[in-house]
Amino acid sequence: MLAAIAFYVLAAIAVISAFAVIAARNPVHSVLFLILTFFTAAGLFVLLGAEFLAMLLVVVYVGAVAVLFLFVVMMLDVDFAELKQGFLSYMPVGALVAAALLAELVLVASAASSAGGAPIAIGQGESETTNAAAIGQVLYTEYLLVFQLAGLVLFVAMIGAIVLTLRHRPGVKKQDVGAQVGRRRSEGVELKDVRPGQGLG
Amino acid sequence: MEITLVHYLFVAAALFTIGVFGIFVNRKNVIIILMSIELVLLSVNINLVAFSAYLQNIQGQVFAMMVLTVAAAEAAVGLAILVTYFRNRGGIAVEDINQMRG
Repeated sequence: MLAAIAFYVLAAIAVISAFAVIAARNPVHSVLFLILTFFTAAGLFVLLGAEFLAMLLVVVYVGAVAVLFLFVVMMLDVDFAELKQGFLSYMPVGALVAAALLAELVLVASAASSAGGAPIAIGQGESETTNAAAIGQVLYTEYLLVFQLAGLVLFVAMIGAIVLTLRHRPGVKKQDVGAQVGRRRSEGVELKDVRPGQGLG
Repeated sequence: MEITLVHYLFVAAALFTIGVFGIFVNRKNVIIILMSIELVLLSVNINLVAFSAYLQNIQGQVFAMMVLTVAAAEAAVGLAILVTYFRNRGGIAVEDINQMRG
C-alpha cells in the first residue's frame, strides 16, 4: 500500500516536472525541472528494486549531465525569449504526433495488461545478493565486451568534446616547454667587455 | 491497488511522449531539444528496468546502464557542438544551422 502511494506520487511528479521541462520559459528552470525528473525516476527505480541504477542515475545525471546543461545554459548569452516564439505555431502538429504516439504506447501497454498483468515482485528470487552484486556478476563476465564498448563510447565522446571546444587563439602568450628546454647559452647570454669607469654605451 | 508492470509502462509512455512533444514544440531552442532527448532516453530506461524487475532478469538493468552511458556521451558531445556553434555564430537558433547545406 505504501509502495503504491509512493509510486503514484513519484509518477505524478515525474510527468508534471517533465512537462515543465519543455514548457518553462527560463531554460535554467528547465534544467532544474530535469533534475527533479531524474530524482523521481531514481525513486521509481528504487521501488523497482534497482538501487544501483537509481544511485547511478543520481550520480551521472544530476551530478554530471544536469550540471553540464546548467553550465552551458548560464555560459551562453542567448536571448531565450526570442527562441520561444514559435511555441504556439508548432503546437498543433506536435500535439497531433504526441497524441498518436501516446495512444499507440498506451494501447500496447494495455494489451500487455490484458495478457496478464502480474504485480511486480520486488526483491524476490535474488534475495541472497544485493542488486549491485547481481549486476556485477553478469556485467564483468557475460557482458564484458559490452562493458568495454561502453568505455570506448565514453572515451570517444570525451575526445570529441575536447577537440570540438579546443581553440587556438593567436597572440596568446603561453608556456612553450620545447622552446624553453631547447634554449642554448649562446642565445641567452651575451658577454660584454666593460671598461672600468664607463657605462655600457 | 497493486502496482503492476503496466503502471510503469504508462509512466514511461507519458515521459516518452512529453519528450517527443518537446522536440516538436521547442524547435528553435537546441538546449531544450537536448533535454527532451534526455527525457526520451530516461523513459526507455524506466521501461528496461521495469521489465527487468518483472521478468526477474538482471540483463535489463545492464542494458539500462549502457543507455545511460550513451545518453551521457550524447549530452557531452551535443553541448560541445552547441558551444562551438555559439562561438562561431553568436547565437544558437536552429534555423540558422543550414550553412552546411550544399
